[in-house]
Amino acid sequence: MSTTSELIYCYDGSFDGFLCCVFESYESKEIPIDILLPNAADSLLFPIKHIPTDLQKANRVLASIPKKLGTTALSFIRQAFLTCLLQKELYILRFLRLGFQHGPAVMNMLTNETVNTLNKAVKHLDRESHLFKGFLRFSIVNNVLVGEIEPKNFVLPLLAQHFSERYPEERFLIHDKNHGMGLVYQPYQSAIIPIDELEIPEADETEQTFRELWQLFYDTIAIQGRYNPKCRMNLMPKRYWKYMTEFASPPKNLLPKPSTSDNKLLNSSTPNSNAFI
Amino acid sequence: MDVFDKLKILTDAAKYDVACTSSGVDKKAAAGGIGSASASGICHSFSADGRCISLLKVLLTNICSYDCKYCVNRSSNDTPRAFFTPRELAELTMNFYRRNYIEGLFLSSGVLKNPDYTCEQMIEVLRILREEYRFSGYIHAKAIPGADSVLIERLGMLADRMSVNIELPSQNSLHLLAPDKSKHSIFNPMGFIQNRIQENSHDLVTYRSAPKFVPAGQSTQMIIGATPDTDYQILNLTEGLYRKYKLKRVFFSAYIPVAENSLLPTLDTQPPLWREHRLYQADWLLRFYGFAANELLDQQHQNFNPYLDPKCHWALNHMDFFPVDVNRAPYRDLLRIPGVGVTSAKRILTARRISALTFNGLKSLGVVLKRAQYFITCSGKTAPDITLSPSTMLRSLLSEKTRELYHFGFSSSHCEQLSLFDQPQQLSWQQEDLGKCLPLLN
Repeated sequence: MSTTSELIYCYDGSFDGFLCCVFESYESKEIPIDILLPNAADSLLFPIKHIPTDLQKANRVLASIPKKLGTTALSFIRQAFLTCLLQKELYILRFLRLGFQHGPAVMNMLTNETVNTLNKAVKHLDRESHLFKGFLRFSIVNNVLVGEIEPKNFVLPLLAQHFSERYPEERFLIHDKNHGMGLVYQPYQSAIIPIDELEIPEADETEQTFRELWQLFYDTIAIQGRYNPKCRMNLMPKRYWKYMTEFASPPKNLLPKPSTSDNKLLNSSTPNSNAFI
Repeated sequence: MDVFDKLKILTDAAKYDVACTSSGVDKKAAAGGIGSASASGICHSFSADGRCISLLKVLLTNICSYDCKYCVNRSSNDTPRAFFTPRELAELTMNFYRRNYIEGLFLSSGVLKNPDYTCEQMIEVLRILREEYRFSGYIHAKAIPGADSVLIERLGMLADRMSVNIELPSQNSLHLLAPDKSKHSIFNPMGFIQNRIQENSHDLVTYRSAPKFVPAGQSTQMIIGATPDTDYQILNLTEGLYRKYKLKRVFFSAYIPVAENSLLPTLDTQPPLWREHRLYQADWLLRFYGFAANELLDQQHQNFNPYLDPKCHWALNHMDFFPVDVNRAPYRDLLRIPGVGVTSAKRILTARRISALTFNGLKSLGVVLKRAQYFITCSGKTAPDITLSPSTMLRSLLSEKTRELYHFGFSSSHCEQLSLFDQPQQLSWQQEDLGKCLPLLN
């Protein structure tokens, strides 16, 4: 019988790395008090156990999950791994232990605290990625579609399929500023790569025209007699507004010109200067 | 006139149409094309009135030869007129679509020259999008009443969803306010579309690659509060439409005064938003909760209680149905419990297969115990510390907003709106119906 041990697992942050933590937990018959990335683990006083990523071990765990828990459980934990849930690794480990004990029925144990917490986290992820499918805005730069987002969860893997099916003949780039990652696509392949900084050139005339047309449409479609900003805020929380064209500043040519000449855009501290910096 | 002016005029003219959903069909771009659709629909923004913006909703033109009294685009109205050329509109749509502003196009139009001509122009927009741009995003097209069925057929082969607006919920009202339209001119195209959808589903069984006719089904909308029709009439009509014409959605639109006319509510009337809200709640009950229209309202009670949602109201008047035991009751009974929705009812079914549910467990499934606790038992036990007195029950069933309204009194908006038709018996429900519950509040 495994019990909670006073130690912390430290892994490289990859899904394979995490699976090795699961392997270790079974092999040593222990449950760590937390599973952390190296920089987060250093500051704590508990003894740290470094878990190296070993693909062989990872694959053994990976192969056992669909066999013992079913394929839905596997895609469930893959999704759970993308969420912003605090201590998600520990929750997934507990979920897997529960699953190896009860089998596929674990997916139905909705009132179990671990299952419930993970369920909620995955729902949050689903909802956020669904919203970004609509709220993401592209600018067209040199015939490439470029968009920026600041999601709480790591939604890029979930957006990849949607946007590749939507724009199969386009080239596009979605920059996740919170996670420092980017989804790049060209016909017919996509990849998720680390991107720290991305500077998007100023909008050309055509781009600017369509932004203004969209703003005009947005302002016109609302019915004055039904004005209801609270309802809008509930359905589209403010954190999504930052990069949305309809909330961007009035046209650039009406603003004082930025003094910088090296094609650097207005700095992002002026909130409405340009939504596409 | 540049494209900015046109867009402004034609958006302004289209904004009173409520339907802006992009749901009902799943598809991805064909090779060499652009555009996809998701069955759940995707909202791309929300306007300042809190309504979803999913499609580029514009009229092809607001020039109209009809003179419907309730409509901003009526021929007698002095308002700027404009029209898009089909190519112009197709280009605008594609440019918005590439930037992910929209999910597709919602195209409606005033009747330019005659219904057939108008319909041909709309077909041209859709043809450019589908054939030249190879666009497979969502397109919702309005069937123009009175257009030839060959044209409706052609439009339907290009669009994902079609709608014919009923606008006014009874023939009397229609006759009074939209003299150019008749019940016949509305139900004819609706029936035609329904028949073609059915035929098409047979074709699809035979040939998998048969071209699809209106794959996302058809919808309609009705204006609420412009005429004296009661909620009971409206809900019955709605139910009939779902049954007979297999509509995907019926939308309700609170009447916003746009015209001064002795037959219409005065210009300063507030739109009956609460009434619209209650009707939508009832519409959900019809579509997903297995309720029938005559369970919610009847001859004696023709309008919804403004303070309580229709489901709570039904529950309070059918206390003999409760308590429902969450560990035994079938799905259709679970759905009748206030505070239990479609999602939580399904979760109850899943979770109780593993172990018996407790009140705490229900909470984690997303059941709103505040409301549900009075109507359920868990394996025979009632919730701890509850008093089953009508006043406490009512207090927790009222939403915060309605409680406020109760204390400050409802703005008698819908009374005013109906006053022109002077049918006092319709208004008496307020005293009579609330008499059942409201004294208990004090």
